[in-house]
Amino acid sequence: MSTVTEATVRPGEQFRVTRSRRNVAWTGAGALIVVVALALFPYYVGPGTTSVMVQAFIVLTLASMWNLLAGYAGLVSVGQQAFVGLGAYFVLIVALGGISPFAALPVAVISCAVVALPLWWLVSRLRSGYFAIATWVLAATIMLIIEKFSSIGGGTGMPLPGFTGMDPALLTAYTYWAGLIVTVLALAGIYLLLRGRLGLVLTAIRDDEVAARSSGARVGLARLLVFVVAGAGCGGAGAVLAISQLQVQPSAVFSVQWTAEMAFATIIGGLGTIEGPIIGTAVYMVLQQTLASYNAWYLIVLGLVAIVVALFARRGLWGLVDEHLNIRLFPVGFWLRTPSAGRRGARGGTRGAARR
Amino acid sequence: MPSAAADRPGNGTPLLEVSSLVVHHGQLRALDAISLRVFPGEVYAIIGANGAGKSTLLRTIAGLHHPTAGSVRFDGEDVSRVRPERRAKRGIVMVPEARRLFGSLSVQENLLVGATYARPGPWTIERVYEMFGWMRERRGQRTAQLSGGEQQALAIGRALVANPRVLLLDEVSLGLAPVVVQRIYGMLPQILATGLTVLLVEQDVSQALRVATHIHCLLEGRTTLAGKPADVTAGQVEAAYFGLGPAAAAADGAEAADTPGAAGGGSADAAPPGEGSEP
Amino acid sequence: MDWVNAIIQGILTGGLYALFACGLSLMFGVMKVVNLAHGDLAVVAGYVAIGVITVTHVPVLWSFLIVVPVMAVLGYVLQRTVIQGALDRSVLTTLIVTFGLSVVIENGLLQFFTANSRAIGTGLGLVRGSFTLGSQIQIGYLLVVIFAVAVVVLLVLQYFLTASKYGRLIRAVADDREAAQLAGADYRHVFGIAAAVAFGTVALAGIAYGMYSQLQPTTGTDTILLFAFAAVVIGGLGSLWGTLLGGIVLGVAQQIGAQINISYEVLAGYLVFLAVLVLRPQGLTSRRAQS
Repeated sequence: MSTVTEATVRPGEQFRVTRSRRNVAWTGAGALIVVVALALFPYYVGPGTTSVMVQAFIVLTLASMWNLLAGYAGLVSVGQQAFVGLGAYFVLIVALGGISPFAALPVAVISCAVVALPLWWLVSRLRSGYFAIATWVLAATIMLIIEKFSSIGGGTGMPLPGFTGMDPALLTAYTYWAGLIVTVLALAGIYLLLRGRLGLVLTAIRDDEVAARSSGARVGLARLLVFVVAGAGCGGAGAVLAISQLQVQPSAVFSVQWTAEMAFATIIGGLGTIEGPIIGTAVYMVLQQTLASYNAWYLIVLGLVAIVVALFARRGLWGLVDEHLNIRLFPVGFWLRTPSAGRRGARGGTRGAARR
Repeated sequence: MPSAAADRPGNGTPLLEVSSLVVHHGQLRALDAISLRVFPGEVYAIIGANGAGKSTLLRTIAGLHHPTAGSVRFDGEDVSRVRPERRAKRGIVMVPEARRLFGSLSVQENLLVGATYARPGPWTIERVYEMFGWMRERRGQRTAQLSGGEQQALAIGRALVANPRVLLLDEVSLGLAPVVVQRIYGMLPQILATGLTVLLVEQDVSQALRVATHIHCLLEGRTTLAGKPADVTAGQVEAAYFGLGPAAAAADGAEAADTPGAAGGGSADAAPPGEGSEP
Repeated sequence: MDWVNAIIQGILTGGLYALFACGLSLMFGVMKVVNLAHGDLAVVAGYVAIGVITVTHVPVLWSFLIVVPVMAVLGYVLQRTVIQGALDRSVLTTLIVTFGLSVVIENGLLQFFTANSRAIGTGLGLVRGSFTLGSQIQIGYLLVVIFAVAVVVLLVLQYFLTASKYGRLIRAVADDREAAQLAGADYRHVFGIAAAVAFGTVALAGIAYGMYSQLQPTTGTDTILLFAFAAVVIGGLGSLWGTLLGGIVLGVAQQIGAQINISYEVLAGYLVFLAVLVLRPQGLTSRRAQS
């Protein structure tokens, strides 16, 4: 074949396929330091800051899950609020049974994963745009069903029991840690998933679905797995939401606003990279805090920015960073190295292959 | 560029002129410095094996691919940056590979769409009905009810009613029985009689040699042979087609770009083929 | 008798839902765009109608003559700019962009016009009135008029698509965009025309709903978009008359649900939608009967 890649293959040259341009261990160590530092936050900052941080954890978890769905599996869901709501309600239901809401959190996550299975069976019949609205209808349906049960608050919702007699400072700290744990597990889980077989299958699907199918990739199974993981992750975020709000209200937890926030944060940060949602969440929090006193304005601005980014900077803010600085904090793709070509040569020549 | 050969019809300016055209499909170089000139009234046939770049060349002339380098000039004007629909309105009309009829439209509606942006000229839907007798009585049918040959005839009719100046035919014979192919090529004189110029892509070399006034052979995106059918030997064509034999052994692609139309005297302007690589 | 009444009401509301759905179906059928801002744009049309009526004091019916062309022009412009820009990138981008538009419009309406509901006063006693069938069945004129409008809109759409030059081009471009280009058709312009037509129906849907019930900023998504989508899926993707059938099935399901318990109205409609999704994902009308 004449020209497959621009990088010319010289005989006898040594090639090395690596995950990253820098040592992964450094990223790991860095991530560990960040997590430890974050874990120590409640000892140093006030409850006002931790509650903002909890909000950031929720948005980051949601955005990462939406990124997994849309950015890696091509599933644009506009109904992820279904899982936010279900996560919150599972916490409420378990807590009503006399169990601590914090202990209920893992139960909520697992329950959401289980519920995701039949829901996938329903919505997977539709593709792209119709899939998107179908998830939305599903979320609306689930809310309407939950509102029929007056024992869990019916249409108005109810406060979350199980916190009586708890030291407020301790409650704030526990809530913060719960949010941190959910976020760290969500990010680590996505990172490991994408580094494994699933990552390869999803990359194959993204490049060419038909070819992936015919070469034996189990496309349906991969998407199902992503939907279930995203359901569990959004459920975890919903559970943290319920705990941090101390109450569950159907119209609030099932609001499409959650999907708007997770989608916009992901797109602004950069769809299809693990770093994107982190940057996007930072942008989201800044906007939300700055415009907090102007009601819905932060969502309007966020939506407009997301539209502009989607049209003119498709790889988001992280894409711009990556283009200019060549940094990848969480490398899930592969990178072809040619010792003789040096850094710049390898960069230019194998960009297309390495991008994924 | 070489001057127009004396033995080419329509002396003077070429109707269509492709110069040093380079087209990429992703990173693959599909066309490498292709040049050709089509004069009014010619039947210019591009031949070559699968993947030689024939369809890419035709699609680039029609405006469906963007060249990385080189130009397409039509009637003296550079149309390289002109959108396909504008080129159609100017008179470059293509019958795409695999017919590409409008499946949810009837036979007549397909022709009506073809005539929507027609230039003034001799071709009307009525005239197409006259040429293909069966079409009138079946004008209400969906295209799926037509046979392969009928679909091809309709595709040609749809292009004709636009009154093209140059008609691009992409693999007209693909998937059709030989007798049907004969019948369709049998219409060519009638079409040419209305003053059209035809540029066609054909995998069936003997068919191309029968109808063409000029042939141009591609191999892996490069010109390997160009000339009048009468002036080329079967051996030359075979060598150019498959990239075999002594004719394919020497020289490089840069010369090939300059060869079309370079025929001096009566000999075939056989181009040195591209690098003697394996297909 | 209550049940018969519910079914009749349901059938008539189906006309309204067909009005919601036909624009969504047309945009998808031609451009493969699922416009997530569909419902919000209908609400915008309703608010514009309220504005026009308040400012100029024209009768309700005259407001149609202003709002429908305005929305059609908006549709053409949006398609040629934002939506086409997204389409040139990917299907995913169209979803992101139209979802973005939806959120921006909804929150913009909330910001400028508060969450209060607004109705379009018809000012016509006749339209607000009703007639009775037998002793118990009461039918509002307004619903009958909306149903008739829906049928007329579908007939006009069908005529436009089959018999007009642009209708033919729209179908050709939907079939094979590239082949249409080769025939000299600028598909971007044709898409713009299709969007203008779709937005015209969106305007009708918004005004009709504003007269039938009340408009709020959230009506666009939680009612119009989701009901439109349910009607499209029930009726069969890509089928024009399927939207009427789907709308009727959805309307009847809702009215029967409401007959059992008023709080089951919306839920019953969605459950029927899910049942169709499971049992007959291709919709009730089997294949694309109309374009």
